[in-house]
Amino acid sequence: MSPLLQTFANGSALGYRSLSAAAAGDYESIATATGNGSAWEITFSSIPSTYTHLQIRCIANASNTNTAMNMRINGDTGSNYTRHRLIGNGSTASAAGSTSLTQIPALGNAGLPTTNSTYGVFVWDILDYTNTNKYKTVRYLSGQDSNGSGGVDFGSGLWLNTNAITSITLKSNDSGGVYNTASHFALYGIKSA
Amino acid sequence: MPATYEPIATTTLGSAQSSVSFTSISGSYTDLVLVQTFPNSQTTGPYTSIQFNSDTGSNYSWTFLTGYTNAESNRTSNASYIRMGVSSYLANAICITNIMNYSNTTTYKTVVGRNNFGAPSGSMQETQAQVGLWRSTSAITSITISRVLSSTDFVSGSTFTLYGIKAA
Repeated sequence: MSPLLQTFANGSALGYRSLSAAAAGDYESIATATGNGSAWEITFSSIPSTYTHLQIRCIANASNTNTAMNMRINGDTGSNYTRHRLIGNGSTASAAGSTSLTQIPALGNAGLPTTNSTYGVFVWDILDYTNTNKYKTVRYLSGQDSNGSGGVDFGSGLWLNTNAITSITLKSNDSGGVYNTASHFALYGIKSA
Repeated sequence: MPATYEPIATTTLGSAQSSVSFTSISGSYTDLVLVQTFPNSQTTGPYTSIQFNSDTGSNYSWTFLTGYTNAESNRTSNASYIRMGVSSYLANAICITNIMNYSNTTTYKTVVGRNNFGAPSGSMQETQAQVGLWRSTSAITSITISRVLSSTDFVSGSTFTLYGIKAA
């Protein structure tokens, strides 16, 4: 069985774990990655098709301000994504929708924190990721609070493609937004009966 | 081999109580998930809140996105706890809080969650997304859930469950 690798954009692998070593159960840890202070995206690749849903739980902190965390699927850089969200900035609540996106952004309203100690947090759910009869829908719950600033972003995104998902990239807006070293990304698989 | 997502502890109140604590939390997980539920008999008054490691200082803050008859967002800084929800109508409420990377000693601890308030009176029903911050780099080893801003206790039948999630 092929190991599941997670790599940074610079090609360095941060570690891998064979699926045979994963804990048994209906909710399994597949792989993790951490920021290294120089890469601005991480990719979970060779995702096995043995689950029904995926979940990514992560904390992230970037080196520049106002960067979202953006999801790309199977390396698709085309304008094949949509996103709808509810956001709160501590004083105003609002909703917005966007189409023809090249990725699915989360927490763009508040941005990832840049201080050493404060992190944005994300729970991404990727539903029916191997179903080739439908476009793929993801949802996320994200936020960052910096004791007087920050925000909440609760949204969903669509990848207009019926291919099974085999890789997921989580990236900042640009190469200036590298993930700091305590940033942590964990991919889980959820099985159905 | 232990499961990846497993229950750590559950408390179901058999009588009215002002607080519940989970102590000696193992550092062997990556994230924690705290689930609070309240029965229909929960009387109006208290808010539910969390504190970590018995820290009662002004080291907490939170931001809400709330929907009821309107949508709103608000924030509290320099608080002595993280309050779950804008509503004091806890009857039938469910609060699910993700406590992310709780055992690392590098970062402040951020939580993100959903709170749903199902009070029998429709105008009191709310749904929320919330982020909260504890400004400490200490590993979280205990969580105290307390009623705040009221002397009305959590009623019998209230449940508090803590789960741990392990990463590869």
